[in-house]
Amino acid sequence: MSSELRYTANTQLEHLHARYTGTGHADLSKYEWMTHQHRDTLSSIVGHPSLTSYLSIADGEATGRIRFEMTERMLQPCGPPPAKDDD
Amino acid sequence: MHLYNLTLQTPTASLQAIVGNFSGARQQEIIISHGTRLQLLRPDIQTGKLSTIIATDVFGSIRTLASFRLTGGTKDYAIVGSDSGRIVILDYDPRTSSFVKVHQETFGKSGARRIVPGQYLATDPKGRAVMIAAVEKSKLVYILNRDPAANLTISSPLEAHRSSSIVHHIVGVDVGFENPMFAALEVDYTESDQDPTGEAASKAGKMLTYYELDLGLNHVVRKWSEPTDPKANFLVQVPGGQLASSERFDGPSGVLVCTEDHIIYRNADAPQHRVPIPRRKHPLGDSGRGIIIIAAVMHKMKGAFFFLLQSEEGDLYKVTIEHEDEEVKALKIKYFDTVPVASGLCILKSGFLFVASEFGNQQLYQFQKLGDDDDEKEFSSRDYPAHGMAQPHQPLPRAHFRPRPLENLALADEIESLNPILDAKVLNLLPNSDSPQIFTLNGRGSRSMLRTLRHGLEVEETVSSDLPGIPNAVWTVKVRSDETYDSYIILSFVNGTLVLSIGENIEEVQDTGFLSSAPTLAVQQIGDDALLQVHPQGIRHVLADRRVNEWRVPSGKSIVAATTNKRQVVVALNSAELVYFELDLDGQLNEYQDRKAMGSTVLAMSIGEVPEGRQRTAYLAVGCEDQTVRIISLDPDSTLETISLQALTSPPSSICIVDMLDAGINRNQPTMFVNIGLQTGVLLRTVLDPVNGQLTDTRTRFLGTRPVRLIRVQIKSQPAILALSSRTWLNYTHQNLMHFTPLIFDTLDYAWGFSAELCPEGLIGITGNVLRIFQISKLGTKLKQDSLQLSYTPRKFTTHPDPGNNYFYLIESDHRVLGEVAAGTKLQELRSQKKTVDEAVLELPSEQFGRPKAPAGTWGSCIRIVDPIENKTVRVVHLDNNEAAFSLAVVPFEARENELHLVVGTAQDTLLSPRSCTSGFLRVYKFTDDGADLELLHKTELDDVPLALLAFQGRLVAGVGKALRIYDIGKKKMLRKVENKTFGSAVVTLNTQGSRILVGDMQESVYFAVYKAPENRLLVFADDGQPRWITCSTMVDYTTVAAGDRFGNIFVNRLDPKVSDQVDDDPTGAGILHEKGLFMGAPHKTQLLAHIHIGDLITSIHKVSMVAGGREVLLYTCLHGTIGVLVPLASKEDVDFISTLEQHIRTEQTSLVGRDHLAWRGYYVPVKGVVDGDLCETFARLPPAKQSAIAGELDRTVGEVLKKLEQLRVTTSGF
Repeated sequence: MSSELRYTANTQLEHLHARYTGTGHADLSKYEWMTHQHRDTLSSIVGHPSLTSYLSIADGEATGRIRFEMTERMLQPCGPPPAKDDD
Repeated sequence: MHLYNLTLQTPTASLQAIVGNFSGARQQEIIISHGTRLQLLRPDIQTGKLSTIIATDVFGSIRTLASFRLTGGTKDYAIVGSDSGRIVILDYDPRTSSFVKVHQETFGKSGARRIVPGQYLATDPKGRAVMIAAVEKSKLVYILNRDPAANLTISSPLEAHRSSSIVHHIVGVDVGFENPMFAALEVDYTESDQDPTGEAASKAGKMLTYYELDLGLNHVVRKWSEPTDPKANFLVQVPGGQLASSERFDGPSGVLVCTEDHIIYRNADAPQHRVPIPRRKHPLGDSGRGIIIIAAVMHKMKGAFFFLLQSEEGDLYKVTIEHEDEEVKALKIKYFDTVPVASGLCILKSGFLFVASEFGNQQLYQFQKLGDDDDEKEFSSRDYPAHGMAQPHQPLPRAHFRPRPLENLALADEIESLNPILDAKVLNLLPNSDSPQIFTLNGRGSRSMLRTLRHGLEVEETVSSDLPGIPNAVWTVKVRSDETYDSYIILSFVNGTLVLSIGENIEEVQDTGFLSSAPTLAVQQIGDDALLQVHPQGIRHVLADRRVNEWRVPSGKSIVAATTNKRQVVVALNSAELVYFELDLDGQLNEYQDRKAMGSTVLAMSIGEVPEGRQRTAYLAVGCEDQTVRIISLDPDSTLETISLQALTSPPSSICIVDMLDAGINRNQPTMFVNIGLQTGVLLRTVLDPVNGQLTDTRTRFLGTRPVRLIRVQIKSQPAILALSSRTWLNYTHQNLMHFTPLIFDTLDYAWGFSAELCPEGLIGITGNVLRIFQISKLGTKLKQDSLQLSYTPRKFTTHPDPGNNYFYLIESDHRVLGEVAAGTKLQELRSQKKTVDEAVLELPSEQFGRPKAPAGTWGSCIRIVDPIENKTVRVVHLDNNEAAFSLAVVPFEARENELHLVVGTAQDTLLSPRSCTSGFLRVYKFTDDGADLELLHKTELDDVPLALLAFQGRLVAGVGKALRIYDIGKKKMLRKVENKTFGSAVVTLNTQGSRILVGDMQESVYFAVYKAPENRLLVFADDGQPRWITCSTMVDYTTVAAGDRFGNIFVNRLDPKVSDQVDDDPTGAGILHEKGLFMGAPHKTQLLAHIHIGDLITSIHKVSMVAGGREVLLYTCLHGTIGVLVPLASKEDVDFISTLEQHIRTEQTSLVGRDHLAWRGYYVPVKGVVDGDLCETFARLPPAKQSAIAGELDRTVGEVLKKLEQLRVTTSGF
């Protein structure tokens, strides 16, 4: 692969990543992967009415409250990111 | 294995509701989303009752709904956001009574994904644009307009994306006719994803952002973005804009931001106003808990508007805004009323409030007043410094109210809903029932129910009175043909006839012209104003002036059967001759010159009603003792000639010709059916070809054990048939489709239509010597529900194996609720501390107001004994120590001479996430008082929550967290015998046969385990290759398991019979123990046989037979109220036929939300070995051209296809 081609492939990939949030890449850290997984799960719970109802029955809360808390949790589902190494 | 999936009861959960003039008439309608189904309801303004106009399966998951109306239009459209990756605009077409897809625009992948729009919808109040948004990032705006021909047009989408932002809610802002504006509540996570200290996340502000659609530039811009309260969750549109005519502002525009404990009025560059959400002051309530708004509705009246907001407790608040033009003076809030917690609220212009409650029945309320001048305290932003925004980060002082029974609203109607079904059993417990009942645990919290579902129509009895003897027939008759109500009731006894007149009272009359000294065979109002009585010796024609013309039978003969209509009379003599009479234009009854010899005794006859505008009906059906039915012509050219003949399997007992509308056969005009009831209790229904008189398309149905008697009646002014056997059935047309449903009523000997002022659409019947008048109101329903109130969310129930004991043992538990015992102690504590306790609040019924919310980890729970036949609670045992019951089983312990014990698995201080408890318990109860009471023997501590219990070989097998254990009973404790801890997450279901135990894991599908007694080993020898989040399972046979999962899939797995034998042949289990595991699991894998996605969370699955003598089916119940069956297809031809049919319909029938059917049924795993019967049954609704094209492809006629579909449904489910 010529260097030029690799360059264009890369920009395309970046473009794809920007466009499809949640797509993984080779340098994905465990934290990022987990966060994506959790956000996907939480949005799936919000998006499937029967799952929201199920959780709300188990928890004894209104479905509206469950939906709100699941969406809230999407902000940081796995806690703060690990501190970056300096290198 | 091939299965056929049929829904018996469609989902009844209401997930969203919208209101609008969908039919375009001057009447408002409501559309409810049931998740996978859309229903259009129309309220009757006079009676306040809701009636269903249509309900259709969409074969996709509806996530959001919105209604909109183009500027200046009179008709509303519905926009649907679903998991199809498409936006769909639906129009209700009242002519065909169906939803029509006007537009379908694809924008993304299918599935409920994070960045594919479909979760939120917001429309511009002037109907110019719509925004559809995803949970994260994506927002698309479509411009709606009309073309010159006034058709609705939709533009290509305009993007308003904002990456790394989570959307909480969007709403259209009312800006009048300025550029359309949308408000979104967003949180940006870019910074918090980068900040390891967590500070950015805690400070992440919730932004209220305005997106403006610039109609001139065809572009969406982020107009304004400001932080708002970090706990904001909901936006409500505030009216705005100017009327062109009056220069007056409709309202101040902007939005209400609902946050925890507060409501804030916001608009760009306008001062904010904030009020607290008033809350209940319950002595047991958790005062630290915030309260949020979960549903809202805005209502505009002439020159004014108000909001009704609903809190998560169910309290409605009335919010008003005082404004001068665009300037807000004050935001006011006051308590309005308390209704069940809703997923959608709709206000109708006719003064009704529809509450689509999230669980349980849906309600329609009528406004009594608007809460304007009561003494309820109103909280205004004017009373707080800087309109409540002096310290925006500090909460305002708490506002309180006291809940009270409804004052402003009155309940007008209620729609029954099974949502949610948490567990079910199929049993035949009720006396005099030949088909099983479904017992379901429904509801949540204090609105929970145990429901008994019986297949059949509910009958309301209005009159029941004893008669002097036992009549063998009953008729009602009008005196004149133009009268609305019946005048006489005629009862025929063995040796006489009794005539009763219907007036204020029902009393005997003499001078009617009827012969009272002989039994009656038929009664008819004939001509305009004459009456006719057929008795064994002749026919009496009673004219209006009471003159009687009598025709007498030749001596030595008598009449054995008769059939009549308004102009024709046919009688059969015992000499097997037919005599035909017809009314001439002078009102004289004339005998046809010839008599027809039949050659065999006539048992039953029937002619249809005279068609509108005709002189006569052309066909007579005669059933003879030689097991035939002949169609005989009554046409003047060929009078009494036999046209066709049908052979039967046994002598007929009754025949009925009736013209009924069945859209499956002919949707434009009624079809002529010949219904033949046999002495064996079988009903044959054939179609009579009106042109050549041939009988085609015979369908059979077993009605009961007694000879069938058929009676033509009127139901909702349409012809219908009552079929009497050991059960009574009603065959009627509802919403253009034919229904055949049993009545839940005592066996009737005879029946007839009955119409009087008090009971215009009634029926009259006799059982023994009792005369009964009844009516059927809930047409179209198939299940009759009887319910019993429970106190907490029911979890599971079990029956007693003893045949004499029909009690149910239920466990109920509720999270975030103080148990009965704990609440009592807390109240006592409060009283002893001399704190004031508001007694009035404590007295409020919890069914309506709910219980006060307690902190997480608090549980209220009880064990309940129910008598399902009497439908009453026998005993309730409340659990103390913050214990909650999760599982139960009735176990015959071998160590106690197989004495039955109830074992209940409970846990103390349980937290749901992560699942933990201070201690689990096995509570062992002894049955006392013949099972009507329980005595606690002992409690055994466990290390985790016991989620599954089962009796196993005279001992108890328990799933305790990740461990599977076998316990035996001891004197003071349960004794652990053996344990296996290799399960993935938590054991949730257990099934057993022989020494095999099937273990359903919460996340890891079903394991096959075996107990080897000689070595006391519990070994897992097979598992599933796929992870599955099991919710319920049942064994189909020794090697096969059917299970349902949390994502709405049902699947069937089978173990290789060789492996099964090998495991059974190994006496010690040493072979399995040393076998090498496969793919990090058990040494063997089960194979997937069948799989389908239902679209609703499966809560229970059973292998049962639904009809007496019918084949066994898998019946499942789902959370949102779906009840369905999976029917095994018996023959290869059936499989080929039905799967080809499915394929064809799949290409014809595109889903209303634009979801591909194959993708929908294979949502998580490709559909395998299951044919979707719900899709196949839409064949009946296809246009005739398509029907015949498909039927042609299958080498069948349309009738044959329909017959096959009906037969599959009827013979396996009885529905």
